[in-house]
Amino acid sequence: MANDDNGGKDLTAADAHGARPSEASAGTAVVTRDAIGNPGFPPHRARMTDSDPTAERKAERSVYTLFYLSVVGSVWAIAAYIIFPIDAADPGSVRLNNLFIGLGLSLALLALGIGAVHWGKALMSDHEGIDIRHPVRGTEETRARAVEIFQEADQESGFGRRTLIRNSLIGALIAFPLPAVVLFRGLGPQDEDPVALLEHTMWKKGTRLAIDPSGRPIKASDVTLGSAFHVIPEGLQDLEHGKLEEKAKAAVLLMRLDPADLIEAPDRKGWSYDGIVAYSKICTHVGCPVALYEQQTHHLLCPCHQSQFDVTNHCEVIFGPAKRPLPQLPIAVDSEGYLIAQSDFTEPVGPSYWERH
Amino acid sequence: MPENRTPTAARGRKAGRRHPLASIALIAIGLLFTGGAYAAFSTSTASAETDMASQQTIEEGKKLFAANCATCHGMGAEGSEDGPSLIGVGAASVDFQVGTGRMPLQMQGPQAEQKPVQFTDEQTAALAAWVASLAPGPAIPEGELLDGEGDTANGAELFRINCAMCHNVAGAGGALTEGKFAPSLSGVSAKHIYEAMVTGPQNMPVFNDMNIKPEDKRDVITYLKYLDNNPSPGGIDLGSIGPVSEGLFLWIFGLGSIVALTVWITAKSN
Repeated sequence: MANDDNGGKDLTAADAHGARPSEASAGTAVVTRDAIGNPGFPPHRARMTDSDPTAERKAERSVYTLFYLSVVGSVWAIAAYIIFPIDAADPGSVRLNNLFIGLGLSLALLALGIGAVHWGKALMSDHEGIDIRHPVRGTEETRARAVEIFQEADQESGFGRRTLIRNSLIGALIAFPLPAVVLFRGLGPQDEDPVALLEHTMWKKGTRLAIDPSGRPIKASDVTLGSAFHVIPEGLQDLEHGKLEEKAKAAVLLMRLDPADLIEAPDRKGWSYDGIVAYSKICTHVGCPVALYEQQTHHLLCPCHQSQFDVTNHCEVIFGPAKRPLPQLPIAVDSEGYLIAQSDFTEPVGPSYWERH
Repeated sequence: MPENRTPTAARGRKAGRRHPLASIALIAIGLLFTGGAYAAFSTSTASAETDMASQQTIEEGKKLFAANCATCHGMGAEGSEDGPSLIGVGAASVDFQVGTGRMPLQMQGPQAEQKPVQFTDEQTAALAAWVASLAPGPAIPEGELLDGEGDTANGAELFRINCAMCHNVAGAGGALTEGKFAPSLSGVSAKHIYEAMVTGPQNMPVFNDMNIKPEDKRDVITYLKYLDNNPSPGGIDLGSIGPVSEGLFLWIFGLGSIVALTVWITAKSN
């Protein structure tokens, strides 16, 4: 019962009032002499189920009905698993399967919980009781005995005396987690320098710009005014492995603007072709793909944190948390009219990292 | 009062015929019939195919343009300070802008919004024919391209790469900058989806046939029609706009029911 700590004696509200800890140690508690007296519990009110046998029977009925309902729910969940199997060819079957199994399991758990609470509230004894908080500190004898036990153990084991054993034990415990550090290092890039990996992409001089996902190379004449092409380097689709890693760095958005709208820095004059510009699609904030291009305002919007880049002005940041403009891919046209890269990006793409220069 | 039923009903019928509103009701019924018959007659005459190339249609379109569009776009569709030039935009652009009610523009704003269509199909076709006669441009797509019978999986991949960043992966639309937005694509007709891709209305980029081939556009339409016709496998989609509606739902209903349960558990039984 609830009154174990009171030595088997039930405390009433009046007792609780009398047992106010007036003898608490002055060092740990502020003893107020004129505190307002404990008003105690409100008068005990009998429940319907206490006074009316019909109500009691009704409550009992509700509780066991709920428990039986829970059984029905569990059985139904098993039945639903069999009746509504997931058909790989029909996504709609997933919906039915989840729905009916979920309904069965919710019914099973909810009915169980509601039944238990209802039982506790309506039928179990609603007698109120108080547990008096007792001091946490042990008695002086207990504390002295504990110190004695520790000293005895130290004596018997020789932990304090045999320092060589003790120190070697501490050393062994320190060395034990070290293999984990080495093992987890194995999950990272192995023979490559991560900094160099982040600095370079698949683009190099002469790589053709290709359409994502087909890998078809793009002719400059295909890119009409107002177009936006989602671009990957040609050859990306033929990579044996690391395709996604390369795409994550090399993805480019290609747009054609009216050349009169472009404001180009003198050192980047040759980076565009007749109003066609190519910019990294990886946001310089945290690396989301920036591809919400507005062809009239020439703004590029990042969907994650609403950074805005002005394509007419070398993708300078005009709003949002990004700090650097999107890196531009210098492009040209080869002898067959296909768009090619003049080089890799001249700066690392994507968000900042420690070793970025 | 069962014995009174018959005489009361008979009286009610007679009283109904003499009711002061009886004549009005009669006139209303008569008008409805005449109007209905006239509507049926006029649609049957007007449903004749509009010949896009005929000089008569083009003349008709020119008149409609001068009356409804020239204020902003200029008498020769050469554009003005208030509206862009329409020379070379093609019939597809006119059909999209006028056919979805975006044009004529209600007022200058961040972008032209969809509203009830202002012209009949014939008038739209005439306008498109006239604008198309000014200079070559994308034509109104038709036939197999719009049937929605393409490769859904390919369409979904192309949609995710080219469209989903603005229109949302489920085509539910999304916000852009300064009050502009990408509209929801659910329930948009195949023809208008195709025309939007080819012409790039307003701030949408152009996806010409070199970028997304006509058969790929057909696949994209197939994917969007698939979304329209199949319920979300995850249950109620709450508008498919992701964390906003789902979070709000959980805040209100999830936390609400936890609070309600807590109140119930701690309340005294009566």
